[in-house]
Amino acid sequence: MARLNVNPTRMELKKLKARLSTATRGHKLLKDKSDEMIRRFSVIIKENKRLRDDVEKELAEVLRRFSVARSVTPSYKAETAFSMPSAEISAECSIATIMGVEVPQIELRERARTDGLPYAYTEITGEADYCVESAAKLLPKMIKLAQVEKTVRRLADEIERNKRRVNALEYIMIPQLQETIKYIKSKLDENERAAVVRLMKVKSNGA
Amino acid sequence: MTGKTAIVGDGDSITVFKAAGVATFPAENEAKARDVIRKIAKTYSVIFVTEELARPLTDFLKRFDEEPYPVILSIPSKAGSSGYGMETLKSAMERALGVDILFND
Repeated sequence: MARLNVNPTRMELKKLKARLSTATRGHKLLKDKSDEMIRRFSVIIKENKRLRDDVEKELAEVLRRFSVARSVTPSYKAETAFSMPSAEISAECSIATIMGVEVPQIELRERARTDGLPYAYTEITGEADYCVESAAKLLPKMIKLAQVEKTVRRLADEIERNKRRVNALEYIMIPQLQETIKYIKSKLDENERAAVVRLMKVKSNGA
Repeated sequence: MTGKTAIVGDGDSITVFKAAGVATFPAENEAKARDVIRKIAKTYSVIFVTEELARPLTDFLKRFDEEPYPVILSIPSKAGSSGYGMETLKSAMERALGVDILFND
């Protein structure tokens, strides 16, 4: 392991020792953070999988029914029938924090439904009513899934970044500092021994 | 902050959500979808994208992960699920944990 390029002096030794203790403490903290993030992540990702399974299944069903409903009405009629929204959905978006990672928090607000479906019942089949109904029912789940999935992706990124930091400290920074401290210590000891020998020589010459 | 929701996809898959109150943006190919998403990313906080469009745009959509909003979610279209959603989930898990804790049963 390469040692740092510093002068072997007592001043440097003191500085490096302080840096080493900071690095060790930082490493421990980051490692704890990483452990906790992974624990939270594994809980959230399980929820994500469950939600996704649900949503995909239900959505496939809704879309299948809808295509049936559409196929029995002329397409221009279907276009006009569905082009007016029956409900106004609004989502309350805020930001939550998980272990210092900003994640979205979305809450679906009560929707103002004007008066039933936005088209005349004569123009379209009952199947379509059912589809719109179930699509509207599915929306809160989809929004929840969107929120959870974004959280998972952001947490995954953060865990990866944090892991890199922990490894850099553990395998590069800390060994380097230790190596350099050892080098300076041995250099200082060497100097001290040289001084003692020199003194002894001077003394014996003088006698 | 009140956010709006939008859906980007091919015509048939998204019409039903229009009636349910989601703003719809038809896009028949990925280039169009990219333009549309870029345009609406500021105004809509939740954007659903059908899998057929999301798959070729994976790298483009990844850029939105830098910020909490907008939230972009891929959903299966009328052709059914292609497993893209699960793939992204799996890759996130592998990056973060290095092991498979969901699909190994």
